[in-house]
Amino acid sequence: MTVIRPPPAAPPSAAVFVVRGVTKVYRTGEVEVRALRGIDLDLHAGEFVVLLGPSGSGKSTLLNILGGLDVPTSGTVRFRDHDLTREDEAALTRYRREHVGFVFQFYNLMPSLTARENVAVVTDIAAAPLAPEEALRLVGLGDRMDNFPAQLSGGEQQRVAIARSIAKRPDVLLCDEPTGALDVKTGITVLEVIERINRELGTTTVIITHNAVIAGMADRVITLSDGRIASSYRNAARIAAQSLVW
Amino acid sequence: MTALQTKLIRDLAYLRTQAVAIALVIGCGVATFVMSVSVLRSLERTRDRYYDDFRFAQLFVQVKRAPRGLAERLAEIPGVAAVQTRVVAELSLDLDDMAEAAVGRMVSIPDFGEPALNRLHLRRGRMPDPERRGEVLVNEAFALAHRLEPGDRLRALLNGRREELTVVGVALSPEYIYQIRAGDLFPDDRRFGVFWMRERPLAAAFDLTEAFNDASFALMHGAVEPEVIRRIDDLLAPYGGLGAVGRADQVSHRYVSDELAQLRAMASVPPAIFLLVAAFVLNVVLNRVIATQREQIAALKAFGYTPAELGWHFGQLALLIVLAGVAIGAAVGGWLGGGLAEMYGRFFRFARMDYRLDPAVVLLAGGFSVLAGAFGVTAALWRVMRLPAAEAMRPEAPARYRVTWLERTGLLRRLSQVMRMAVRQIERHPLRAALSTLGVALGVAVMILGSFTRDVVNYIIDFQFGAVQHYDYTITLYEPAAPDALPALARLPGVLRAEPYRAVPVRLAHGRRTHRAGLLGLAEDRELLQLRDTAERVVAVPADGLLLSEALARLLDVRRGDVLQVQVLEGSRPVRSLAVTDTLRDFSGLSAYMDLAALNRFMREGRLLSGAFLRIDPAAEARLHARLKATPRVAGASSQHAALRGFQDTLSENLLRMRLFNVAFAGIIAFGVVYNAARITLSERARELATLRVIGLTRAEVSGTLLGEVALLTLAALPLGLGLGRLLAGLAVKALETETQRFPLVVASSTYAAAAVTVLAAALVSGLVVRRRIDGLDLVAVLKSRD
Ligand SMILES: Nc1ncnc2c1ncn2[C@@H]1O[C@H](COP(=O)(O)OP(=O)(O)OP(=O)(O)O)[C@@H](O)[C@H]1O
Ligand SMILES: [Mg+2]
Repeated sequence: MTVIRPPPAAPPSAAVFVVRGVTKVYRTGEVEVRALRGIDLDLHAGEFVVLLGPSGSGKSTLLNILGGLDVPTSGTVRFRDHDLTREDEAALTRYRREHVGFVFQFYNLMPSLTARENVAVVTDIAAAPLAPEEALRLVGLGDRMDNFPAQLSGGEQQRVAIARSIAKRPDVLLCDEPTGALDVKTGITVLEVIERINRELGTTTVIITHNAVIAGMADRVITLSDGRIASSYRNAARIAAQSLVW
Repeated sequence: MTALQTKLIRDLAYLRTQAVAIALVIGCGVATFVMSVSVLRSLERTRDRYYDDFRFAQLFVQVKRAPRGLAERLAEIPGVAAVQTRVVAELSLDLDDMAEAAVGRMVSIPDFGEPALNRLHLRRGRMPDPERRGEVLVNEAFALAHRLEPGDRLRALLNGRREELTVVGVALSPEYIYQIRAGDLFPDDRRFGVFWMRERPLAAAFDLTEAFNDASFALMHGAVEPEVIRRIDDLLAPYGGLGAVGRADQVSHRYVSDELAQLRAMASVPPAIFLLVAAFVLNVVLNRVIATQREQIAALKAFGYTPAELGWHFGQLALLIVLAGVAIGAAVGGWLGGGLAEMYGRFFRFARMDYRLDPAVVLLAGGFSVLAGAFGVTAALWRVMRLPAAEAMRPEAPARYRVTWLERTGLLRRLSQVMRMAVRQIERHPLRAALSTLGVALGVAVMILGSFTRDVVNYIIDFQFGAVQHYDYTITLYEPAAPDALPALARLPGVLRAEPYRAVPVRLAHGRRTHRAGLLGLAEDRELLQLRDTAERVVAVPADGLLLSEALARLLDVRRGDVLQVQVLEGSRPVRSLAVTDTLRDFSGLSAYMDLAALNRFMREGRLLSGAFLRIDPAAEARLHARLKATPRVAGASSQHAALRGFQDTLSENLLRMRLFNVAFAGIIAFGVVYNAARITLSERARELATLRVIGLTRAEVSGTLLGEVALLTLAALPLGLGLGRLLAGLAVKALETETQRFPLVVASSTYAAAAVTVLAAALVSGLVVRRRIDGLDLVAVLKSRD
């Protein structure tokens, strides 16, 4: 069994993720869906990446693979000095536990737990987490900590999900449409938090969005189409989340 | 507390009614197990200690009259560790609180000190003084039935002579834990009692001075019982030995052992059923919990919780339910066990009933329950552990419904929309529906299993007193009498009819198998005793041949037409071969029957009779008793009707209590299964039902679609349960079978009906409870939730 250890002080701009020739084929009965058709990609430490693309283009699939939730059908994915495509389930679990923060497209909160307890689910098993209260304050929910998800609006639930993903101070933050359910103002609050985590902790951040405006925040914008990288460009300068308008 | 632990507690609180229902089913299993095993162990421990402490003998033999000097030769038999010779005699008692005479068995104790074997436990009073005439100890069961205390005096007939006896003490003996006469169906502590007297006065009263007519033996370790028996029989044959028997044929020991066998059966089948049902319901509930939490599980995995942590998380949910059930069951079982032990204490007289709730038994029950729970949830937990983490990113695909095959047959076209939904739901989860049906059916079956023994007892009583035995009294004479004794008996007041019988002890041999039995000679012109074959048809006694009870035929491996060696064990001990012409249905023991005249010829005696069966006019019963008491030749007059009444009184109280528990047990199973089935359907279809309500269907219509499913399952379960109940009852009858006892499988229709009604009621109650939840459905919340 390979064990993922903290990186031996990687050089500042070294590639954190190295993705080569990754394909993903889903087979359901007779039907074959080629979700990814050959992705080559390097992500650097502290880089803020926005992933765009039409529905069904493979964004979530790619994010799952980067997060160690899924393995590609072929190709390799390296995180620092570990080949995620060769890790067994236990090592992938440890990789997620120690390095990755997720924000899911559908929040996935535990309905039986309060906001604070939902964050604690993650901080309970993290090495040096923020206090759940602090994480919730960061997303502007300091006064709703003891509410259950059913007592929160969709946007508030989404923010709990963000608080939960950043509370462990992850090396990698992967967000699937984190602002999908939010109005402009709350959306910006959330993006600010993500931006701050990225900046202050040097967290490598990947955000999937359908909102092209958000692309302005990114160091790099990658567009997927039909399972391939259709385009990729760097922003000359990142726009602060606060000044986004849509 | 970690967040996951908090979640566990909240999940459990959310499931509380379902959890309680499951815990109760487990509790029933644990309670029956703990109750029967701890009582079983207590009885075994109590009995074994009692046997050891009071030196219960291992072999028993009766003999006509053997000189006392023979005792030493008996003691020299290899394998014999100790011998106790005694005088044992029947006496009749005239008691103030009873019109009829009671029968006593008087057993001698050595003139000085304690018997070497079958020692007595003196409860009250003192040992009899050998110098004083008529001092006796009385067995506690008889003393209690007549409120006898030391100092009381009794009028008795000993060997046809009047004698006044003085009770000096109340005692117990390992030989008479269960006080019943061989051949009787029921114990009758009022009409039969055991007494002890010093040997010298007893021997003198029965002309057995310097002699004995009974001996008990303790064996050395490793002694070969049949070999020792053979040597004892050889030594005693010239003196009228009746053949030695081991503990297995000792009446009290046999009854106690049979009871232990029953407890053993009770400790296995019903708990297994409860635990299986619990395992199934646990499986369904946990599967549903996991299905509703699919995305939560996936998210937890995405956060880095290991499969083992998540498996353990849900495993704990099941474990807590199981442990709650074990705790309930252990408490209830311990309490019930105390009651059962007390009940046994009334039938079985031990020096001290040592009932303990053994922690090891509770641990064992806990172990079995956890195993059953694990059996139920392992697959579900495995699914949790294997659930791909990537699922967290996608919502669950909508369930796939199909037009069902039942609908394609066109049968359902006539059904209401409500029933159609119910049928589709069942067809969508055919395995679950089948298992739910089976679970409810097991509820029905458990109830039948718990209550059918009453039917068996009733059947035996009806058979014995309705079809076989038409006499009211059996008269036993001290000595076989000439035929003129019969008209004398017939002339007694109130006697409507008297029929003679001759009873002799025999040893029957078929090939290498031999067994002792009572051989009864019956008159040809007979009304009062109808023998019936195994199909319950009346059979005539053959002019020359034998009829055997089923049990005896089985023991000897005899079929109709086989020839037996018959050796009479009294008088001139004649031997001859006789053919078995038929086997008889007979629940009262090991008997053989032949024609009275043929038996008299075989015995080479005149037309002697041992006693008579009497039918009497109940109005004259009191006068008859008075006359019988005054007739010295009559050793005893016994009425099994009277015994039956006494027995039924004691039994009915216990049966009522047992029935209450059976109803509770069956109800709990049915409730547990039906309630959970309904709750799970409700959880799966909450959105659908809420939508129907929003569209404008009434509450009644909406609950109808759900309760329709429950009703279908329950109705399907009833016939299955009745069949299963009969099957289990059959297995139970087999499990209770001993060499000498075999019970008929009888389940009365009232038992079937009670089981069906109980389970229907429980199903109805669970339906109503769920209906209240449907009525209270929060439409907005349900439609808003993404689940
Ligand atoms: N488990 C699966 N089984 C079968 N097909 C799948 C599975 N997961 C994804 N797909 C298919 O793979 C393709 C890519 O899916 P993916 O979820 O990555 O798209 P996406 O870009 O995230 O779309 P959206 O913007 O709608 O979320 C789609 O066609 C989808 O139907
Ligand atoms: Mg997606």
